[in-house]
Amino acid sequence: MTVHRIQGSEVEYGIAVQGQPQANPMVASTHVVNAYAAAHGLTRRARWDYEEESPLRDARGFDLSREVADPSQLTDEDMGLANIILTNGARLYVDHAHPEYSSPEVTSPLDVVRWEKAGELVMRRAAELAGQIPGVGPIVLYKNNIDNKGAAYGSHENYLMRRDVPFLTIVEQLTPFFVSRQIMCGAGRVGQGQDGGVHAFQISQRADYFEVEAGLETTLKRPIINTRDEPHADPKKYRRLHVIIGDANLSEVSIYLKHGTTALVLAMIEAGALPEPLELADPVHALHLVSHDPTLRTAVELADGTTITALDLQGHYLEQAQKFVETEGHDDPQTRDVLDRWESVLERLAADPMDLVRELDWVAKLALLQRYRDRDGLDWDHAKLHLVDLQYHDVRPERGLYHRLVASGRMERLLDEERIAEAVTEPPRDTRAYFRGRCLDRFAEHIAAASWDSVIFDLPGYDSLQRVPTMEPLKGTAEHVDGLFGRVETAVELFRAITGR
Amino acid sequence: MAEQQHKTTRKSEVSEEQVEPTEVDTAHKEKLDDDVDSILDEIDDVLEENAEEFVRSFVQKGGQ
Repeated sequence: MTVHRIQGSEVEYGIAVQGQPQANPMVASTHVVNAYAAAHGLTRRARWDYEEESPLRDARGFDLSREVADPSQLTDEDMGLANIILTNGARLYVDHAHPEYSSPEVTSPLDVVRWEKAGELVMRRAAELAGQIPGVGPIVLYKNNIDNKGAAYGSHENYLMRRDVPFLTIVEQLTPFFVSRQIMCGAGRVGQGQDGGVHAFQISQRADYFEVEAGLETTLKRPIINTRDEPHADPKKYRRLHVIIGDANLSEVSIYLKHGTTALVLAMIEAGALPEPLELADPVHALHLVSHDPTLRTAVELADGTTITALDLQGHYLEQAQKFVETEGHDDPQTRDVLDRWESVLERLAADPMDLVRELDWVAKLALLQRYRDRDGLDWDHAKLHLVDLQYHDVRPERGLYHRLVASGRMERLLDEERIAEAVTEPPRDTRAYFRGRCLDRFAEHIAAASWDSVIFDLPGYDSLQRVPTMEPLKGTAEHVDGLFGRVETAVELFRAITGR
Repeated sequence: MAEQQHKTTRKSEVSEEQVEPTEVDTAHKEKLDDDVDSILDEIDDVLEENAEEFVRSFVQKGGQ
């Protein structure tokens, strides 16, 4: 029982060209990615390799035909949009009309925090660089999920799981957890309903955009459990659980708890350690109800007709996790820390949510909004409150309200800034991202393409491109390949040493 | 504020540090209130001008 497993995150950023509301967001996003690539010696721009991608494969056992798929689901078609790999092993690209940073694969929730926050620094720098291109205009990025006018964009989590766990079990056990975990990891929102038509605060940015319980889509009819079956690893051994229901968090504690508690629930599902699942009468409705009540008092209906609060749903999973760790009789420091924080956060949320003002995004945002309401007598439909909501997510340190809270010591940090800054260029040492990142760092001019599960070399003296598969996420670590990188001078030497070809 | 205690707590031995919850929480809360008030002045200085126009013009295309 541990929070350690292969995991990672993907965040699509909101984008605005200041003073040019009509600017094409795809063009602006492309500038963001390309400007970063050009400034960091990644001009060859190793493209993404789509060979192992299968966005239409459903974990329930069927493939959606390309003809009936919505065009937005065809994420494996190279649209000619910017798409690069960074030396830290991350992917920086344009997804639909947003710049996106996908973290490298890491092995713990704290490392997710580190490389996801590094992504914020990448995006901040990329926007600055793009804004310096003549004729482009100042570009501002927002680590949020909505425009409050009907559009939503994602922040996803990924967890590698054992293939032999029945997918239906995962759906049944995870649904009540996902409906309720927003009380820890919601990012807060002014406005209810997809278009924000109801003037009130809610806990989650994304909740109102979820319409079904399980499904393949990510851009329409969004499901609480996404069934995309695209493991980016040996499909006989692994599945990748692709979680689309999270909010984009600025708070380090929120990111940490989001990944940490989810990893624990997955560990219990894999071990068969959870009792019969608590079945919600209407999970989608419950998701919305929980989000709409920042007092956390609302109880949602279970299939047996009884009701339960989000706090008690989370308490149920916490209790199971504590029991399981006790029976197993062993744990590790980060697992212990996640369990302790989880318990502490739930206890304090039950007493007074405002006690979490230094730790959780939605509480920090709500506290600011309440002060503005009290001081200036503003109703929830006031533009200033919407501005506070939006600007909380601005990635610029001088403008972003989250960053203002951090700068004045008002948010709890888990990592110091140097550790995060290092992760902008350094890959995690304990996954295949290390091999990918080092290849880009050392031999960018000879890498034609790469993806989660391959690096493709374009080598002098070889007629065709040479693909090195990386199907095992725990191979290609610093331990495995540091010696190799120390010995070789050229990409050809590296390739020959690996393959013998 | 602190009357509603630990609805989700299952263990009786938890939270020694919360022996005097009311007193501690009140002091803590007042400090928080001061703190948040003082940040409003700071945030006023960095908030984008013309909130209404700024918020209206933030229009995004849907994503995943």
